[in-house]
Amino acid sequence: MLVLSRKKDESIMIGDQIEIKILAVEGDQIKLGIVAPKTIKVHRSEVFEAIQAQNREALTTSSSFLEQLKKK
Amino acid sequence: MKIATKFLGEVEIDEQDILTFKQGLLGLEEFKKFILIPISEEHPLVLLQSIEQEDIGFVVAYPFAFKKDYSFDLSEEDIEQLQIENEKDILTYAVVTMKETLKDSTINLLAPLVINLKEKFGKQIVLHDNKSYPLRHPLESLEGSAK
Repeated sequence: MLVLSRKKDESIMIGDQIEIKILAVEGDQIKLGIVAPKTIKVHRSEVFEAIQAQNREALTTSSSFLEQLKKK
Repeated sequence: MKIATKFLGEVEIDEQDILTFKQGLLGLEEFKKFILIPISEEHPLVLLQSIEQEDIGFVVAYPFAFKKDYSFDLSEEDIEQLQIENEKDILTYAVVTMKETLKDSTINLLAPLVINLKEKFGKQIVLHDNKSYPLRHPLESLEGSAK
């Protein structure tokens, strides 16, 4: 992993189109500004992790739900 | 060809109907080939079955049946990857997490499955997290028609 130190209002470039700027540092919270082309999706990692976990949970469905459907 | 399915035993499928999810589903990237098989006539539920592995099968449903005004924009990247030329070729499903009771079951409206029926490509896309579509929307809130 590449590690860079940045101060408030400094930024880094990823490629030549993505800029990530440090907008504010408040305690252990850092506010980032992200400038990227529309085609680049930006998400919090937790969102991805939650969806991955949900997909795995969905796979644990057992066939007993079919019985339930019949009952209804 | 015949394939073994998770819930419906052996099912005869038409190879032409096989969908390719180039990136797989999130967290399950290794499975790329799926087929849609209706589960029941009375319910709007469909099985998205891996043709590569029997126990990889997802219950999916039309999100619009649970949230009438459900809508989202596809990014240019998605449109390109799915080779979408016409909006009419798109089918949208959402993954259902079935629990012991329907009351506890949920549908994932945050990461729908977008399928280009014409080119047979599918992708699970992640909607922008500032929108109000939840990862676990209660299944019992059936509000639309089950078309």
